[in-house]
Amino acid sequence: MISNNLPALQIVLPLISAPLCLILFRPKLVWFFTMVICLATLGISVELLSAVVNTGAISYEMGNWAPPWGIELRVDEVSSFVLLIVSLIGAIVILYAGKSVEREIAPHKQTLFYSAYLLCLAGLLGIVITGDAFNVFVFLEISSLSTYTLVSLGNDRRALTAAFQYLIMGTLGATFILIGIGLMYMMTGTLNIQDLAGRIPDVLDTRTIRASIAFLTVGICLKLALFPLHLWLPNSYAYAPSAVSAFLSATATKVAIYVLLRFVFIIFGVTFAFEVMPMGTVLMLMSIPAILIGSTVAIFQQNIKRLLAYSSVAQIGYMILGISLASVTGITSGILHLFNHALMKGGLFLALGGIAYHMGAARIEHFKGLGQTMPWTMAAIVVGGLSLIGVPLTVGFISKWYLVLATLEQGYWPIAVVVLVGSLLAVIYMWKLVEAAYFNKVDEGEVVVKEAPLQLLIPTWLLIGASLYFGIHTELTIDAAQKAAEMLMGAGR
Amino acid sequence: MNMFLGLYNYWIVIILMMTGFYIVIAKGNLLKKVVGLNIFQTSVIIMYVSMAKVKDGAAPILTEGVEIFSNPLPHVLMLTAIVVGVATTALALALIVSIYEEYGSVEEDEIHEQDGSF
Repeated sequence: MISNNLPALQIVLPLISAPLCLILFRPKLVWFFTMVICLATLGISVELLSAVVNTGAISYEMGNWAPPWGIELRVDEVSSFVLLIVSLIGAIVILYAGKSVEREIAPHKQTLFYSAYLLCLAGLLGIVITGDAFNVFVFLEISSLSTYTLVSLGNDRRALTAAFQYLIMGTLGATFILIGIGLMYMMTGTLNIQDLAGRIPDVLDTRTIRASIAFLTVGICLKLALFPLHLWLPNSYAYAPSAVSAFLSATATKVAIYVLLRFVFIIFGVTFAFEVMPMGTVLMLMSIPAILIGSTVAIFQQNIKRLLAYSSVAQIGYMILGISLASVTGITSGILHLFNHALMKGGLFLALGGIAYHMGAARIEHFKGLGQTMPWTMAAIVVGGLSLIGVPLTVGFISKWYLVLATLEQGYWPIAVVVLVGSLLAVIYMWKLVEAAYFNKVDEGEVVVKEAPLQLLIPTWLLIGASLYFGIHTELTIDAAQKAAEMLMGAGR
Repeated sequence: MNMFLGLYNYWIVIILMMTGFYIVIAKGNLLKKVVGLNIFQTSVIIMYVSMAKVKDGAAPILTEGVEIFSNPLPHVLMLTAIVVGVATTALALALIVSIYEEYGSVEEDEIHEQDGSF
């Protein structure tokens, strides 16, 4: 009974639990409850992944209404993988959140935090699992609305303005996606993604479909913060509570990239998107400045969370650059980096949360002498930083290696140079932290800082450790990414 | 002529959409931005509803002697979109109230002034 309904439970469980948090009310209790739910969600996605590996893609009919009339939940090789990433990060961050939220959020708002967190998780999982284009929009709005709430819970008052700015831009993006879906519906009369993929080819050469792919691309790029549509990202990440920054940087933008892949490759097909429409050129022209400008601006940041946020803008540039090449190697590198960046940036934001736990914030002056006082947290930051730069034996190296391979495959050597310059810029901004932490003495008379509590250190090292593990044992991730890339390219007509 | 009169519903959509978009970008007052955002979203609702109309189609209620019906699905989709719009507006207004309590202003430039750089 339960095993047949796992795809539905994957989203229903966190969705139902969110209002239950409000009834439980006591923060400690709610935290424990949320953690149980997150672990259960993680269990479900592990089950789903193994089911997909063993028996192939699962199609679940919501309420027994057969697609294309009813809403279909679809778990295939790519979506089960993304589901696992999202629920895994969700579980690790909630383990961390117990201590971190206690310190950063006012007691009467803590229950609301967990409630919004579960809603956000349900929304993100829903976007990935659903097989219905309009449903993507609905889940996108569920996750976005709860994200705005989560960002506004930050203890700096600028969190409020950041959340408002995010709300305006996020809603514009979502409405663009809604317009795109509407135009597709106008031409085909269906909303089911598989069905759309079958019917779109007949009407490809119309202005309506061309407008629809343009609206969808702009809308999704706003959501995934591709330069120059990234303006909401730095402030939101910088002023949100630490747990939220880690969760968002590791999941929200990644899910948006997954949506882009699904719409562009499965519905419109590679030939139409990249040969008839100039998708590749447009994405490439936006991702190159994303890498260069994002990394350069990061160098000048004094607030380290903001520094990492700008570095995220650059890293999203790498992922989109891989996708814009429209080759199997290119998309492999994009998907690989999607996974790898979730690990390292999630880990880095969690480590920063450990510093903010004692200091109240994470600005560059707080890093003085942390090499001695917080050795484990600083070590995590150094490993994560090496991975951002792309040093061998870390995950960052693997995805950049594939990206450079993909650019050289098509003879775009100047772009390979851009990737390398981006890495050099990453060396500069990470070195700033290392210099402050290891080559400066703690000022006399300052409060002596201790290592972050274990409850914060363990989740941090889980993610950072995973980023080392997958940097050495690469077969698993490369295999999965390659399969996904081949499926996406094969879906093209 | 057909370009304008024949497709007048889409022209209305475009005009409304651009009006809303302009307000969001040009106005510094946070409340006006929310109004602009609402107009922007409403234009999409009109687009969906107007495309559901089938020429000579009756209301989608099963009656004898009626063969052609308008498509009811976009209306249902827009009910969801309206709910989303209401939730977004409510959240935006709640944020504006908190911003006003913290800064004592809802004008964007005055808020930025208080924080130094934004």
